[in-house]
Amino acid sequence: MKIISTLFLFLFVAFFANGQERFLTKTGTISFFSKSPMENIEAENSQVLSIVDADSGQMAIAILMQSFLFEKALMQEHFNENYVESEIYPKATFKGNILDFDKISATETPVKIFGVITIHGESQKITIEAIAKKTQVAIFMKGDFYINLADFAVDIPSIVRNKIAQKIKVSFRFNHKPYK
Amino acid sequence: MRNYILTGCVLLGSFQMTAQDLLAILDKETPKSENVVTATFKGTRIVNGHSIKNRKSKELEFIIAHRFGRVNTGFEELFGLDQANIRFAFEYGVTDALTAGLGRSSFEKTYDGYLKYALIKQKKGVHNFPFAVSLFGSIAAKSQKAVVGSERSFAESLYYVGQVLIAKKVNASFSVQITPTYVHRNLTAVTADPHDIFALGFGTRLKLNKRVSLNAEYYQQFDKLVSIAARNSLAFGVDIETGGHVFQIILSNAITMVEKSFITESTGNFFNGDIHLGFNLSRTF
Repeated sequence: MKIISTLFLFLFVAFFANGQERFLTKTGTISFFSKSPMENIEAENSQVLSIVDADSGQMAIAILMQSFLFEKALMQEHFNENYVESEIYPKATFKGNILDFDKISATETPVKIFGVITIHGESQKITIEAIAKKTQVAIFMKGDFYINLADFAVDIPSIVRNKIAQKIKVSFRFNHKPYK
Repeated sequence: MRNYILTGCVLLGSFQMTAQDLLAILDKETPKSENVVTATFKGTRIVNGHSIKNRKSKELEFIIAHRFGRVNTGFEELFGLDQANIRFAFEYGVTDALTAGLGRSSFEKTYDGYLKYALIKQKKGVHNFPFAVSLFGSIAAKSQKAVVGSERSFAESLYYVGQVLIAKKVNASFSVQITPTYVHRNLTAVTADPHDIFALGFGTRLKLNKRVSLNAEYYQQFDKLVSIAARNSLAFGVDIETGGHVFQIILSNAITMVEKSFITESTGNFFNGDIHLGFNLSRTF
């Protein structure tokens, strides 16, 4: 009897933990900006999935590469076919920890996120500085960081080298809601 | 002892539930999207004939294409380079699905206009569809002055072509297209020549690397013009992508670039060296 009640307790705790502590968004926004003397290239994806485990401060992000929208259709085609090779690597992901997660308040709090970002099949450790806000019903995060295309084996041919920056500015904005 | 194991199992189970991979949850939550397959062919032509590729809405493209003379004409003709058929054309994306084109070839001073409509797109995901279908129609008008004695009316200078382009991107580096084709000419050179010719086109694209692909194209005719001993059209091309442009280098047994002509009026035997070197250059506005 004691065992059974212990089992139930654990199950309950596990269930409760699963039911309450995760915050998810399916409409997160990630945009990137490439600034070069010849051309500025900008793309936005507003169907980014992001999840935060409020218990552990763990965070994960999944980005469908084909959902990036460009100003010119040809750019989008080249992005998917020649640069990030979306057919082979359909997703970019991030998995990491929000440091000092407990200190995030209901007002904008600067935080650091440490983790591994995977783009084009290549993984890199990264520390991102972000602004976070946390209430009972939402976890909001925004920020920007730079990535180096060479780190992710994205090959830029010499003919377009002065049209595409080596360092790309990435901005993100997530408003996570409780996930049941 | 048994109790400890049981408790341990449950503990482990609950631990795994909380530590369940967050990425796995995201995988599960990813909406099942449909993905239209793009870049089946990179140019609007596979080699000479049209591919299912359309111009994007409001995109205007200016094309300059050349076909030189036969390479087996030897050094005196500089392997065909002394002779050239040139075609200028404008192509415009009326919508993403409808492209219109107007062109003029120096060969027989031919004007041509076409419409190409993307009817069905190849899709992956929820509404999976295994291939793409486009419809193509063109009219060509020969404007070269007729020799005395064989004058023709304007209507007699017209040619019509209808095609159904059925294409499939098999994988990231290999695409195929089958193209049932109908060609009608209002005037034939001799009465033995058919007014209507059906043909079946086969085209492929093999990607060699990110920016270069090898294309091949063959049109099997089911009826032929006897007056010129017409042969089936065979052509090979290399697509080189340079940023906003696709540059195509071509080897073909046809000197012409208009459908009615290269499909039904080719006379060269590719394997005897009746090969025309050519290129397609385009500039998008």
